[in-house]
Amino acid sequence: MANFCEFAAKPLLKEAGLRIPRGEVVNSPDAAFSAARRIGPCMVKAQVPTGKRGKAGGIIAATSAEDARQAASAILGMKIDGHEVDALLVEETVPLQEEHYLSVVGDPGHGGPLIIHSASGGMDVEESSAGAPNTVLRFPVDIAAGLETRALAARIADAGVGIPADRIAEAASALYRVYRTCDAELVEVNPLAVLDDGNVMALDCKLVVDDASLHRQPELAGHAASDHASPLEAEAEAAGLKYIGLGGSVGILANGAGLTMTTMDAISHFGGSPANFLEIGGEAYTKAKTALEILLRNPGIRSILVNFCGAFARTDVMAKGVAEAWLELKPDVPVFFSIHGTGSREAVQCIREELGLEPFERMDDAVRAAVLAADGPAG
Amino acid sequence: MILRNHHRILVMGLTGKQGTMWGRAMLDYGTRIVGGVNPRKAGTTHLGVPIFASAKEAVASRCPFDAALMFVPPLAAKDAAIDACEAGSKSVICLAEHIPAHDVMEMLATAKGTGSRIIGPNTSGLVTPGETFAGIMPAFNSDVFSPGEVGVISRSGSLGTLVCLQLTAAGFGQSAFYGVGGDPIIGTRTRAALRMLDEDERTRAVVICGEIGGSAEEEAAEYAGSMDKPVVAFIAGRTAPEGRRMGHAGAIVSGTGGGYDAKRRALEAGGVAVADLPSQIPQLLREMQVN
Repeated sequence: MANFCEFAAKPLLKEAGLRIPRGEVVNSPDAAFSAARRIGPCMVKAQVPTGKRGKAGGIIAATSAEDARQAASAILGMKIDGHEVDALLVEETVPLQEEHYLSVVGDPGHGGPLIIHSASGGMDVEESSAGAPNTVLRFPVDIAAGLETRALAARIADAGVGIPADRIAEAASALYRVYRTCDAELVEVNPLAVLDDGNVMALDCKLVVDDASLHRQPELAGHAASDHASPLEAEAEAAGLKYIGLGGSVGILANGAGLTMTTMDAISHFGGSPANFLEIGGEAYTKAKTALEILLRNPGIRSILVNFCGAFARTDVMAKGVAEAWLELKPDVPVFFSIHGTGSREAVQCIREELGLEPFERMDDAVRAAVLAADGPAG
Repeated sequence: MILRNHHRILVMGLTGKQGTMWGRAMLDYGTRIVGGVNPRKAGTTHLGVPIFASAKEAVASRCPFDAALMFVPPLAAKDAAIDACEAGSKSVICLAEHIPAHDVMEMLATAKGTGSRIIGPNTSGLVTPGETFAGIMPAFNSDVFSPGEVGVISRSGSLGTLVCLQLTAAGFGQSAFYGVGGDPIIGTRTRAALRMLDEDERTRAVVICGEIGGSAEEEAAEYAGSMDKPVVAFIAGRTAPEGRRMGHAGAIVSGTGGGYDAKRRALEAGGVAVADLPSQIPQLLREMQVN
């Protein structure tokens, strides 16, 4: 997912016509001090692409420039949800009347964009809305016709929100423009502040751009924050593979997202712990060798389970790749195979001949064997 | 639709490498491919069928079809799907993964207007064992697919293959395999596929291969509650960490939902037997008096 930090997302809202507080991005306590002298009372906010910054202590109010300097030293270097804070947004404190929630998201239910508004934004909107679902307004948009701001304003007015509904509808219209022009999965403003004069302002912004669209969003692509939890994940992605470290001892090499997840689940079911998610389905099925190399770089691996069930992916191609890589790398780890589907006869034959190993008839037996091997004495 | 051998298929991208490989496999299996689409090769013949510049041109050239099957890369998918819908295709099977979600929503909006059904994107297609198939499933592998009375719905081609393989090994043939696709926004959701199989006379029981992310299983569970036919499900991703996208764009557990436990509870409340492992599915079918 291409997540954007607040400071990168907010200017897009401003361009679309939504007000945002004055602010400056800084990287040091001294710079925070200088910024706060220009801005006045301010919020010092960690710039990491994750929610829950407030709860983690990543957002501190400062009434003076010296306060801002201290807040900056406290926040810089902090780790929030795996992301190290190396940038801060120093932003003017805005006196407000109400905090609303507003977002645009792709809705699987009707197959188009959905505007979500709640008059009680601010903190955990999911939790507060679960208690009072009627306070959340959901407005489906026909993507061919575009957002009809007036109709939305009428719906918001019907919902009985205390401020001019057209202000919120206009804000939604700005969010929708950002959503469409950025190929976004989600544009979320929480809180959307209702100011003393009745105008609205975006105090925060979460922007997630669809990975599948990044190539046609070259300006945005450079600003996307990395969501890799480890260098290995980044390396796998560079090689066109999806790898997620899971911390266990049974390494997984499987094809297809559904089968790879199922393999993880089966390892747990039989008492083992999966070391990773590593999928080589889709167009990546010829990359078995690269995949194995990445898998073997995880020092926690005690056994490997190769589980192929070929539909589009040809198991003979994948098995050949694994066998070649295995002979070249000569890993000191036991490996167990389950191979079925497209090309399986050739694939089984290949593993037999090249590695002298017999793939298991049943997937469950291969999983059991891999779990048992991982639990055995080390070395 | 449940795919039948009388259905006429137009294959968009038939002349490409994958289109050719799978086109040949489909023809060998008995799929009624009536034409292909490639704007640069219009007027030629490939695999014995005529190639047209577009789906609309196929119709104009008196080559009517019931379903369009798209071997079209992600960036060209929107235009191809819209072409197929506007040509009057009742069903459009969209195989490509990584189509921009905004393009998918535009495709769905067009389909709504033309009354077409989009299947996928990111689906591995449809199989009616022993009869016909459209997509990228090993229909021709008799270890995997065998004719029978169990309908199978899957968000994943690889997991669907495994489940059909295990059903076949246990003596349960399949009435139809319905790949709904692994994307979060798709044209035919699990619930709609379940309804089609419920209404299909040849289907006596249904297996749902779900996965974490979204609410497709919860919606299907609600429908399952109204069914007389037994339904068994397996949901992949019980051990997936929250907030990570597990390969499929649609397979992600977020703070607001998509988790395993809620799906399982919903399915069980709808009278669906949920298997811990795919290999338990045949036994659960037997316990529900399917044989």
